Amino acid sequence: MKQLFSREPFALLAFSVVILAMPLWLTPLGANYPDLLQKFAIFAIFAMGFNILFGLTGYLSFGHAAFLGVGSYAAVWSFKLFTMNVLPAIFFGVAFAGLFGLLIGYISLRRSGIYFSILTLAFAQMCYNLAYSVLTPITNGETGLQLTLQDPRIIDRAFAEAGAGLPETNLFGIDMSGYPGFYFCAVMLIICFFITRRIFNSPFGLMLRGIKSNQNRMGYTGFATRPYTLTAFVISGMFAGLAGSLLAVTDPLAGAERMQWTASGEVVLMTILGGVGTLIGPMLGAWIIKYFENIFSSFNNATLENAFSFLPEGLRTMAVDVSSLFVGEGWHLTLGVLFMLIVIFLPGGLMEGWRRLLRRFSGGGGGKSETAPVVQPAE
Amino acid sequence: MTTNSVLHVADVHKSFGGLKALSDVDLNVEEGTTHAIIGPNGAGKSTLLNVCVGRIKPDSGHVVFNGEVLDNHTPDEINQLGVSRVFQTPEIFSDLTLLDNVMIPAFASRDGSFSLRPFSKLRHEKAIREDAENTLADVGLAVMKDREAGSLSRGDKRRLELAMCLIQQPKLLLLDEPTAGMARHDTNRTVDLLKTIKQRGMTKVIIEHDMHVVFSLADRISVLAQGRIIASGTPDEIKGNPKVQEAYLGGAH
Repeated sequence: MKQLFSREPFALLAFSVVILAMPLWLTPLGANYPDLLQKFAIFAIFAMGFNILFGLTGYLSFGHAAFLGVGSYAAVWSFKLFTMNVLPAIFFGVAFAGLFGLLIGYISLRRSGIYFSILTLAFAQMCYNLAYSVLTPITNGETGLQLTLQDPRIIDRAFAEAGAGLPETNLFGIDMSGYPGFYFCAVMLIICFFITRRIFNSPFGLMLRGIKSNQNRMGYTGFATRPYTLTAFVISGMFAGLAGSLLAVTDPLAGAERMQWTASGEVVLMTILGGVGTLIGPMLGAWIIKYFENIFSSFNNATLENAFSFLPEGLRTMAVDVSSLFVGEGWHLTLGVLFMLIVIFLPGGLMEGWRRLLRRFSGGGGGKSETAPVVQPAE
Repeated sequence: MTTNSVLHVADVHKSFGGLKALSDVDLNVEEGTTHAIIGPNGAGKSTLLNVCVGRIKPDSGHVVFNGEVLDNHTPDEINQLGVSRVFQTPEIFSDLTLLDNVMIPAFASRDGSFSLRPFSKLRHEKAIREDAENTLADVGLAVMKDREAGSLSRGDKRRLELAMCLIQQPKLLLLDEPTAGMARHDTNRTVDLLKTIKQRGMTKVIIEHDMHVVFSLADRISVLAQGRIIASGTPDEIKGNPKVQEAYLGGAH
């Protein structure tokens, strides 16, 4: 089984099937509605890209939300100026995020460790505050950048007169809202998975791991480490830009709050929750956080009354009272508890838990697995 | 300066605050030889190697390698010129496998200090993998190639680091106490290994406390005490030098 998945075509096929079938297997979990599915795919891309930097090189960026925001703004401007077609929008989103990544990375990567984190955080907060204040002509400040009826949209106008209402984003005529929007994001996610997988299994990926393990040795071994870390930084910035532009594709609106430090912190949580440095861990982390944010937060006391209806009156009230702390407004509490449990008991995230399970059930004796090499999970 | 000098350290000074770590150090290492540097603790031996690999810059003086002045070179550039170093405390990639540890330097030698091919597959690098496996076999670590390097014993880590340097086939190999922390049996193996390399004509500078190792490997010996070279010569000359006896061995009188 494992051998099979380490072959590229099988890995890609299996991954594609799982992603494209999300509407099916998420139905029993109550998460099968397009808005959430889109978020699952988009934030998976965001976390996967973040992991290329953090998981492989060990550089912890606390400002990745800046790229998310840049991607969104670039995409919305593409909708406003050129066309409602989504392809140019994601192209501009990725390109601008890449440029920003080059600039921010070039400066921030002069330092490592906590200083690097603080520098990236400072840059992101700077972008956020600029977007709110002096850059209002570009970002439309607090209101956020939106489509208007006065937008030039020069390419669309060349082919057709402007319609009465605001146009929808589209891919050559297919509206990018609802399920088509999800499938578009899903295809992007599959492409990103392919790219990430290739990077993980390339000599380039090995060098990045070497930098994480012992940057000094990399220098004495003849590597200029800065170009490597900068490349990883730009790639992961471009992933974030893609995620940001996809947010705009599914909902053509960009606001500065997308760049806030909480959003940068969220992607760190996703990555650690799922498993730093693993291929699909960050994606799982992203799914869990988005699931909690959208599903747990929507539970109210009535739902709980229902769930505990089998209990006698007194117990039921107690159960509802206790568990209501953890749902609805309190979903952060559940997430916090889960995060603490994982960091304490599974420092390698969910993927480490998965590996331990596999070892227990397939490896046979525990003594044998002691000497077994820690294999990078292909899946 | 002789014509076939590989490494030439010329009048190097280095102080840390008020402490003179190196003063007036002059050293010539000739091609194909093994040059040992001995001296009491704190004599400046490791500082001298640090100057050679660009880890610290000398206050004055120059280090010339194969006719190239190393003053403004970074460690990675110096390595690309052909200098590899084994550190006193092993510098390895602790959370990678032994095989990866040895493949990384092989890529540095083949592809240079930066090469960006993010889509090529590691699996297809058969030549480098074989080379790495052979080098691991040379130092006797082949059976452990899939182990994580951090789990090795101290002596094995040293041998791994030696393999990481050897795979680059450097023109100059700098060894900072390559046998410290090894059992006698492993020390002998390392000495044998270093002798084989010598036959291949690799130039070596070796810092060592173990006189058995020094006298079985060195063609020339320089004695460093309090940041100065107090004697330089063949092993026999050094053995009979009264200044050396005083500085190095006479501490016990």
